[in-house]
Amino acid sequence: MMKNIPISAAIGLFFTGTYFLVAIAAPLIAPYGMAEVVGDVWEPASAKHLLGTDNIGRDLLTRMIYGGRTTIFIAAAATLLSFLTGTSLGLLAAVMGGWADQVLSRAVDLVMSIPTLILALVILAIVPVTVPILILVMGLLDATRPYRLSRSVAVDINVMDYVEAAKLRGEGRVWIIFREILPNALSPLVAEFGLRFIFMVLFISTLSFLGLGVQPPLADWGGIVKENKDGIVYGIGAALYPAVAIATLAISVNLVADWVLNRTTSLKGGRG
Amino acid sequence: MSDTLLKVRDLKIGATVYPPGEKPHDIEIVHGVSFDLAPGKVLGLIGESGAGKSTIGLASMAYGRGGVEITGGEVWVNGRDILKSPLGDIRKLRGGEVTYVSQSAAASFNPAKKIMDQVVEAAVEQKKFSRKEAEKRARELFAKLGLPDPDNIGDRYPHQVSGGQLQRCMTALALCPEPDLVVFDEPTTALDVTTQIDVLMAIKEAIRDTGVAALYITHDLAVVAQVSDDIMVLKMGNTVEYGSTDQIINKPQEEYTQALVSVRSIEHEEKQPTPDPVLSVDGITARYKGLNFDVLHNVNVELHPGQTLAVVGESGSGKSTLARVITGLLPPSGGEITFAGRKLSADLAGRSREDLRELQMIYQMADVAMNPRQTVGTIIGRPLEFYFGMRGAEKRKRIIELLDEIELGEKFMDRYPAELSGGQKQRVCIARSLAAKPKMIICDEVTSALDPLVADGILKLLLDLQKIEDVAYLFITHDLATVRAISDSIAVMYQGRVVRYGPKSEVLSPPFDDYTDLLLSSVPEMHLGWLEEVVAHRKMESAGN
Repeated sequence: MMKNIPISAAIGLFFTGTYFLVAIAAPLIAPYGMAEVVGDVWEPASAKHLLGTDNIGRDLLTRMIYGGRTTIFIAAAATLLSFLTGTSLGLLAAVMGGWADQVLSRAVDLVMSIPTLILALVILAIVPVTVPILILVMGLLDATRPYRLSRSVAVDINVMDYVEAAKLRGEGRVWIIFREILPNALSPLVAEFGLRFIFMVLFISTLSFLGLGVQPPLADWGGIVKENKDGIVYGIGAALYPAVAIATLAISVNLVADWVLNRTTSLKGGRG
Repeated sequence: MSDTLLKVRDLKIGATVYPPGEKPHDIEIVHGVSFDLAPGKVLGLIGESGAGKSTIGLASMAYGRGGVEITGGEVWVNGRDILKSPLGDIRKLRGGEVTYVSQSAAASFNPAKKIMDQVVEAAVEQKKFSRKEAEKRARELFAKLGLPDPDNIGDRYPHQVSGGQLQRCMTALALCPEPDLVVFDEPTTALDVTTQIDVLMAIKEAIRDTGVAALYITHDLAVVAQVSDDIMVLKMGNTVEYGSTDQIINKPQEEYTQALVSVRSIEHEEKQPTPDPVLSVDGITARYKGLNFDVLHNVNVELHPGQTLAVVGESGSGKSTLARVITGLLPPSGGEITFAGRKLSADLAGRSREDLRELQMIYQMADVAMNPRQTVGTIIGRPLEFYFGMRGAEKRKRIIELLDEIELGEKFMDRYPAELSGGQKQRVCIARSLAAKPKMIICDEVTSALDPLVADGILKLLLDLQKIEDVAYLFITHDLATVRAISDSIAVMYQGRVVRYGPKSEVLSPPFDDYTDLLLSSVPEMHLGWLEEVVAHRKMESAGN
């Protein structure tokens, strides 16, 4: 299987893997403590500080590594939450149909009609901002997308003869959802998962940039941009590193998602 | 003009295939086919799916569909090799000298444009006629093809005419630019038998009157025998036999052709009804939600244990709806169903597991009746697990038994549906329903998506299994040859009503009611001149009235 990975997927896999490894092993890799002030304000890159220092003299590489850990963890957890709730509700709505479908779908329409970012800002302005709360708010607000996708895919599959055959056999809802429909709805969902993960990275970065995301001194990529944005005026690029990190992560995750999508659709009996 | 219009020499056609888990590679799908067609003659290309007949038809317009490429040989039209012609010449050829009639007119017409605009388009585009002349010619063709109101039918949109009429409009479209050659690609396959006969006759007369030559592609030998002068039998991209229609039908040389000619020769003794029917349908009336008319009106039929009841009718006659009512997918608005001595609940949710187990169903399209992500073993094993709680070795043993019964064997257990042929898929579906040890199986058009020889095999298998398992079949079909082959009793349905019902011998012998007569006489028979006989017979009858 690993032999015929296309080059694009290999690159994507390499960078995604590196980011995740660094995120997991952050305390071991990072040269300094996360919130440790080790030098002057905005020191240029040197052997001591590979990326220089930030606006209050913390090592920027360390901040980036810990920042990645926070950002990736929150984004991954929120995406998982959003997919678990969105997909299960979406499949349930498709299989049950009727009023259950109507109630769920209209509720989702309602949530989607309010811009997610504004809704999130309002909620986060009221409740205390902690990491679990962030994950919960982001995950639930974003669950509307996997809901819509999984419902529309499942509605198509639900009318296939093999699902009818299962119903005639007397199978319960659980079997029909998880054994008949989900395996056939998986490939678009997997592709969407990669995409949503990246949106989550952007979402949490935006929230942090606006000051309602991850709270200092905890580092995260959006926060690093916020802290160092004033340096851009003086030609200090500290705010650009997180931007580069977000962009490369986004591209590589998408390369992997594309490959997964291709692989699963060309599986034996895959839906084209 | 030379005496051959179309000359095909050693035509080779290749395609790129993308098998799962392997590198894409090229294969040859037509291996050196040669034939000649004189002006005004009709050549029938016949074969099963995958024989390459449509591909050859399109190659005579120098066209390869979707990844198909003409890799070798020569195609001469009117004395020039069109495979070597520049694209500009080919554009003049297509829609000018050679035109095409496809299987599904409904999918080929642009639903947003009026029929007339589409019928004259090629003729005007090719500068053969002015718009006015082309419209005049189109109206003549509409009249010739027996379309109602030929002067105004062109102003309608494609959805405003019936399927059979649209197919004739498409024939008019193909004949409008006065082509030398028309390629008919299964023009009547998607139509009901009673409609097919009208379209067939219209096509035949139009070919005769305009003196156009035609390639007639079909999988139905009885149909092609009615229209063509010569027949070429194809199998897997090779010519099996090529000769005059008379020779192919009456003195086939090759074994394969003989099999095609004698298909549906299954003999089946009619069984006597027993006192206790396994299924009795009493006064069922049903309608779909949102419709304000009944799709079924007071339907009464009975099915006896170990026997076959065939429900016949055209599309829209309500035969599939009857199946949905019996399975509980569509609760009826009136009447009741008794199954194995118990009264069946109207809707699925109210039925016991025993009811569900004893009443199984096989579908028309085997490929969508099986979950593409489950192996054959899982598909057949699930009913065993679900109804009988079988696990592990016991389940495996029974799956292998069932695979043997459907003549596939143990090696198929780990395959996915996509790795099976059409006939094998249908066999697996049969095994899945047998796994439940049912008293009755509803077979909804189970052979109509299959090639004749494969369908024959499935019917034989079903009959054998009926003897072994003593299961009753409710066999829904539009194909009377199938009905003759397997049924014990027959219900003929028309517009939601059972118009004729009884033992096979009674239903299929005169005196007939009008509809049954029309239906029976419309089934193409494998002898020359059948079409003319039927049409003459009908004319006489209507004159007599």
